[in-house]
Amino acid sequence: MLNTKIGKLELGNPTILASGILGVSKASLKRVANNGAGAVTIKSISLEPRKGHNSPILIAFESGMMNAVGYSNSGAKAATEEFKELSDIDVPVIGSVVGTTPKDFVDVINQLKDINFSAIELPLSCPHTPGFGTLAGQGTPEATYKITKAVRKVTSLPLIVKVSPNTQEIGKIAKAAEKAGADAINAVNTLGPGMAINIEAKKPILDFKVGGLSGPAIRPIAVRVVYDIYESVKIPIIGTGGINTGRDAVEMMMAGASAVGIGSGVYYRGVDIFQKVCDELEEFMEKEGYNSIEQMRGLAHED
Amino acid sequence: MKTELPIYLEIKKVVNESKDIKTLIFERNLDSSPGQFVNVWLPRVNEKPYSISFQDKNRFAITIFAIGPFSKKLHELKQGDKVGIRGPYGNGFVLRGERIALVGGGCGAAPLAFLADEAVKKNIQVDFIIGARNKDLIIFKKRFERSKVNLKICTDDGSEGFKGFTTELLEESLKKDQIDCIYACGPEIMLKKVIDISDRYNTACQVSLERYMKCGFGVCGQCCVDPIGICICKEGPVLPKNIARQITELGKYKRDAAGAKVRI
Repeated sequence: MLNTKIGKLELGNPTILASGILGVSKASLKRVANNGAGAVTIKSISLEPRKGHNSPILIAFESGMMNAVGYSNSGAKAATEEFKELSDIDVPVIGSVVGTTPKDFVDVINQLKDINFSAIELPLSCPHTPGFGTLAGQGTPEATYKITKAVRKVTSLPLIVKVSPNTQEIGKIAKAAEKAGADAINAVNTLGPGMAINIEAKKPILDFKVGGLSGPAIRPIAVRVVYDIYESVKIPIIGTGGINTGRDAVEMMMAGASAVGIGSGVYYRGVDIFQKVCDELEEFMEKEGYNSIEQMRGLAHED
Repeated sequence: MKTELPIYLEIKKVVNESKDIKTLIFERNLDSSPGQFVNVWLPRVNEKPYSISFQDKNRFAITIFAIGPFSKKLHELKQGDKVGIRGPYGNGFVLRGERIALVGGGCGAAPLAFLADEAVKKNIQVDFIIGARNKDLIIFKKRFERSKVNLKICTDDGSEGFKGFTTELLEESLKKDQIDCIYACGPEIMLKKVIDISDRYNTACQVSLERYMKCGFGVCGQCCVDPIGICICKEGPVLPKNIARQITELGKYKRDAAGAKVRI
């Protein structure tokens, strides 16, 4: 009942661990898979190791979370060792890859080519790491096309482009990704950046001062972006941003998503949120008479 | 909705434990349990986890060994200065039985001191074994000397107490009395030995682990351990020995700020 497809990628259920949450090690991914996720995404890998920003890197405010992790990761070489044996994870593992230039992306992907990833994700949309994502202009339609095209040439794995909500031209960006050969769009990355100031300390709380917003606060924006992308391209969409419940997931599917990413939800409902969302989805579908995820997809677009 | 934001707290008192060890006392009802920790924030510098070494109704304290750049910065702070505090985080120790042994190596004695206070309140007999390289690194001698706690001190060089290891004193306690549970915090080689000894004496055991932590509430994944993937900041830092034994990286490696494996 809950199975879904993102291009060639077949999932037993539509919940996907979003990149950057828990995905530092294979052991951690396996634990998330055992807690019901339909697929898991690793924390993004860059060519060289990065220690990321100083702490605090992640806070929760009244209606969401804000992070500036700064792409800490052990680098492509260590990743080949960390993720070399993925066969004991029962669900697809998505490899998230970051780079500063199209060539940098290609170099990382070439280094990781022996890893048994089920898909590659390109987050061209991080709002808080100099040299990467929106701070490096990777989120424009032109840059999205260039990077996706370059990567498309060196991998035959399903390619997912993760986009930012901070744009007036989301349709153009999605089209650029599709034209360059992307198999799916993941919408959205974190919103912002935003800032939180401790008024006694008179200083921003995040050490990088600004960070990307996630969680319930951004869900309506994520739903709208997915809705707009659905009208612009034919390739499937992963809807990410503030999904905490099965009802949230249904909303995202009715906007046009084939699957949903869950990140901050791990904070709000625990690591077993994936199982919880699946149970709630099934309950809703049974009550409303849906037999498949496919049946719900894009329903909000019908007049 | 719940939040994770630092509160900016004044340091009410600084206690010099020895040359490189200080205890910072804050006025606030933290309502933590022994073994839990707080994240201490210095604006525009960094934020690091510290276990709670003392707590009463309206105060709590952390005890800091000046080891790295951040802890050295904390040592520069004076009474009246402020730091950000988030937490308490993690799972603490669970008190059980009528007689217990606490084994603290170096700064590992900090959370155990808080545990010792709580045990005494519950009329539990406590053998508190504190070990360090030398006498300058022994903490809380005065605090427990005249208490109901049976304090046993050892140093590697014999400059204070017994010359030898905490594990030797632990075996001595186990031979002499019926110990219901062992609680340990300190270097992982010591923790592994303590677990082995607890097996030999068929005694329950809880250990507190240290890993590089960032968020403190089980989301960023920085402190996940192999091969079971639990977050030490949330599912730990205190673990019963049957869980700790499943962590194959224990005593072998940990991860740094980037997530790369570093040998212990």
